[in-house]
Amino acid sequence: MTLLRTEALKKHFGETRAVDGVDFTVNEGEFLSLVGTNGAGKTTLVNLISAFLLPDSGRIFIGDRDITHASVDERIRSGIARSFQLVNLFDDLSVLDNVSLAIFAREGKTRRPFSLAARDAAVTREAEEFLAEFRLGDKAQSPARDLAQGERKLLDVAVAYALRPKLLFLDEPTSGVSTRDKTQIMDTVSAVVRGGGITAVVIEHDMDVVFKYSDRVVVMHEGRFLADGPPEEIRRNRDVAKYLLGTDV
Amino acid sequence: MNRRRAALVAAVVAVLLAFPAFAGTYQTQLLTYGLTLAIAALGFNLLLGYTGLLSFGHSAFLGTGAYTVALMMRYLGVSSLELFILGGVICSAALAALLGVVCVRHTRIFFAILTLALSQVLWTLAYKFFWITGGTDGLRVPFSQLTLLGGLVSFPGADAFAKFITYYYYYVLVVFCVCTALMWLIVHSPFGKTLQAIRDNETRARFLGVRIWRYRWLAFVVSGIFTGLAGILWVPLNGLVTPDVLYWPQSGKIVFFAVLGGFRTFAGPIVGAVIFNYLEVYAVALTQYWQLALGVILIVLVTFLPAGIVGTAARLGAKLK
Repeated sequence: MTLLRTEALKKHFGETRAVDGVDFTVNEGEFLSLVGTNGAGKTTLVNLISAFLLPDSGRIFIGDRDITHASVDERIRSGIARSFQLVNLFDDLSVLDNVSLAIFAREGKTRRPFSLAARDAAVTREAEEFLAEFRLGDKAQSPARDLAQGERKLLDVAVAYALRPKLLFLDEPTSGVSTRDKTQIMDTVSAVVRGGGITAVVIEHDMDVVFKYSDRVVVMHEGRFLADGPPEEIRRNRDVAKYLLGTDV
Repeated sequence: MNRRRAALVAAVVAVLLAFPAFAGTYQTQLLTYGLTLAIAALGFNLLLGYTGLLSFGHSAFLGTGAYTVALMMRYLGVSSLELFILGGVICSAALAALLGVVCVRHTRIFFAILTLALSQVLWTLAYKFFWITGGTDGLRVPFSQLTLLGGLVSFPGADAFAKFITYYYYYVLVVFCVCTALMWLIVHSPFGKTLQAIRDNETRARFLGVRIWRYRWLAFVVSGIFTGLAGILWVPLNGLVTPDVLYWPQSGKIVFFAVLGGFRTFAGPIVGAVIFNYLEVYAVALTQYWQLALGVILIVLVTFLPAGIVGTAARLGAKLK
């Protein structure tokens, strides 16, 4: 069943065709990787879907609902959440507060000025459970800025995940970390996302990671889709080999 | 709040309660000024320390509170401090709500300049509408016409000043304690945490579904109310309100409170306001170049103690543990 659909989505920056008439579908329950060289348009596509950018033309649907002109918070309410290429955390808040805040936002509790955040047992318990799932339980009281890069990446995903989205976009969750950390991050993220029944779209450069974890791979090149299919098919695709891997099959 | 911190707060409250008994009228009066300014600093720091917005226009709220008292006394014949508080808080909230709509859509220097400009508009109005505001002569708010606790306490007679200072000190102390507890609750609430999230990372907060402007606006209004309340309590103590209270150096002083005490700590602005009050009073008494002395202190603070007095003390305490 289709969860997200775009129709002829377009975003140009001057002469650069970042996203050039893309028809994109994401099916419910998929773990989909969006790959491509730098400047292929992956992040721009996610930015358009998450309302970080407005499209020049085209339409975006979540289910049957047209969200092309919906605001960020409307899209979040309709079930879209995202993490960022550069880790985006609340550095002066504790790890627990980072995740709690996402839960407060989801529950519509952020406007409460006269109750102690730490005394909300349900939110604290849920945040602790999320942190345990993401293997950050022992860091709950540390300020987010004190985490190692790999842990920060995980927390970034955990904050988005705590919104309990239907569709989670993860923009390069393993960039800037060691090979060992990459595996740990992706093992954790994959287990949590699949266990939670959430549909995930991951932007990733490391093809080993892509082939290992994805159900489906979409390859972008110069703002358009070059290939779309299961990992084995993408591995054998001559165009992908030429433009993305720089080799012949 | 941990036990050590609770014990410290209890000790400070005990000292404040006993203060008039050993300090004399003048020192009690000085501390009352300090406590009123501390309420303003609390309000100001909700914006600077917790929301990341530097206002250079908080004199507008201080002045609104003060002028509301003076105008109510002069034109409506009101003498009850409780009614002054009610009227002043309503006016400060209304002003903050209005100015907030204009200001909170901007951040950093643009926010600072907008708040400064709008407060200067009020200063000009107080100056030019002299037939209402008294112009540079201002409006008197004599303590002898003031009543506390719904008229139960008044201050007639020859020795009324000492009595006024003592009663008023305790009145201000109670309001200060309530404001401090309220602000502590606010900054530790989901709302307060959301403000801190906006301060730390506006983009991420937006992608949690937080409507940034709305929260900034609410913080601006709360901040304005606290600062307005400070102005309400300040004016009977001062006995007079002139346009100076609306002028930009007054906003600069409130910024100074926060920098002096440390705006990244809850107690910093409170400590900063009380110490600044003493610094100013004694510097004025010592030298005509008192502003130069305060300027040097500010430079030293920003250069060597950017975390302020409380922030530096907290860091030293953490290192010694």
